[in-house]
Amino acid sequence: MASYSTNEFRGGLKVLLDGDPCIILENEFVKPGKGQAFNRVKLRNLMTNRVWERTFKSGESLEAADVIDQDMEYLYTDGEFWHFMKTDGSFEQYPADAKAVGDTVKWLKEQDVYTVTLYNGAPLTVTPPNFVELEVVDTDPGMKGDTAQGGSKPATLSTGAVVNVPLFITIGEVLKVDTRTGEYVSRVKSS
Amino acid sequence: MTDQPVWQPAASQAALKSRAQQLAFVRGFFAQRGVMEVETPVLGRCGVTDVNLDGIPAQVSASGIEGGWLQTSPEYHMKRLLAAGSGPIYQVSKVFRNGERGRRHNPEFSMLEWYWPGFDDRELMAEVSDLVCGWLGCKRPEVLHYRDAVKTWAHVDPFESAERELLRRCEEWLEPEQLAGLGRDGCLDLLMSFAVEPNLGIERPVFITGYPASQASLARVSEHQGHRVAHRFELYIQGIELCNGYWELTDPVEQRRRFEADNQQRRLSGKPEMPIDDAFLAALEQGLPDCAGVALGLDRLLMLKLGVTDISEVLAFPFERA
Repeated sequence: MASYSTNEFRGGLKVLLDGDPCIILENEFVKPGKGQAFNRVKLRNLMTNRVWERTFKSGESLEAADVIDQDMEYLYTDGEFWHFMKTDGSFEQYPADAKAVGDTVKWLKEQDVYTVTLYNGAPLTVTPPNFVELEVVDTDPGMKGDTAQGGSKPATLSTGAVVNVPLFITIGEVLKVDTRTGEYVSRVKSS
Repeated sequence: MTDQPVWQPAASQAALKSRAQQLAFVRGFFAQRGVMEVETPVLGRCGVTDVNLDGIPAQVSASGIEGGWLQTSPEYHMKRLLAAGSGPIYQVSKVFRNGERGRRHNPEFSMLEWYWPGFDDRELMAEVSDLVCGWLGCKRPEVLHYRDAVKTWAHVDPFESAERELLRRCEEWLEPEQLAGLGRDGCLDLLMSFAVEPNLGIERPVFITGYPASQASLARVSEHQGHRVAHRFELYIQGIELCNGYWELTDPVEQRRRFEADNQQRRLSGKPEMPIDDAFLAALEQGLPDCAGVALGLDRLLMLKLGVTDISEVLAFPFERA
């Protein structure tokens, strides 16, 4: 595998540090005019999600991590693994375990496309799109006409996620939800 | 990974205008004081031996000469002018340093460098204050010894602490296996960068003086409180290193010895040795007048003027867009 020297460091680079794949978040180059240069680097460990700060002497290098992001369609779960398929027409499938799927499990809808991060060819994390559209399967009865007033109630979506929605939402409606905040955005007009 | 080309300048129109005003201010300042503006090659025959400066080689082919280097500073050429009897001179020039890119670095940057025959470091520091404070409207700098600064903020004595102690102090930033080969000056550079610099020049600008002799570069060295210290000064404002000046070394024998020591250091750290600039040494042999000189980063001066923290905000086209 290739390696990156300090002067190739930049945000987004994926490297191996202490055996774990990490992504460089920030790279600060520091050098007294006549002195030795250093790079102060902030990295996120992709295994633990923890953020590390490390200092490197100019000229030191880190091994590149074989980490790539791929769009994949969610197929099904067998209870142990969640199965994804490449969208490039190759029909290649990848099983992601519970650790890789993490909190994304509550946004997984069959045939929707997710970003699967592969480390050495195996799913490391699964990231949902910023917005998903899901059907309401359970909520208290709606109150007709009550569109302007505030107030909210919990609604359970088809994937099991529970979000707070306005009072007028009824079972069977499709909602647009922001996966980053878990918040209701709008109703989706049925086509 | 290829980025889309960006044609627009990185600096705002206001920053570009301020740059033009700064240049006019500098030229006015020196015209008033009778310092002559000069131009020396940006493309030179030789690079520099400095262990921590990587020049950018050029592939020139002319007059039967192959090679060449983009200059890391106009110092040697300007000293050749001084040796030829130029009197006080200044220059605004582009200089080049490979691998240097960050919030305060761009591999190509603008340097203001000037020399005064007959001045020592103290006299030149006063003139630096006049120029910088005249442009920024800041308080006059205070003067702090390198030793006191390092003791205050890094809690080690740069002259008397054992190397072992300096290395232990560096473990706050480096893993044990990274300490090998760092050496005394490497430790001090790290401590200066991470522990000391962020605290310098916050209330008011500060000159750091009295660097260890091992960091003298082209400054003369003398005894101070039982330690060999360099007549070298740097000005810091808001934690930003703004300039580096010397009461210049004029002794050609000592100068050659330092160049050779640099090259030995380069060998030890696996860097290529650099040819020694014989034309520069010949000028020293002919006689460089007693003088003080200083190099000041104009892009950083503009950053301070505009209160911005990234050099890209004051450059029309930083390297990624150049």
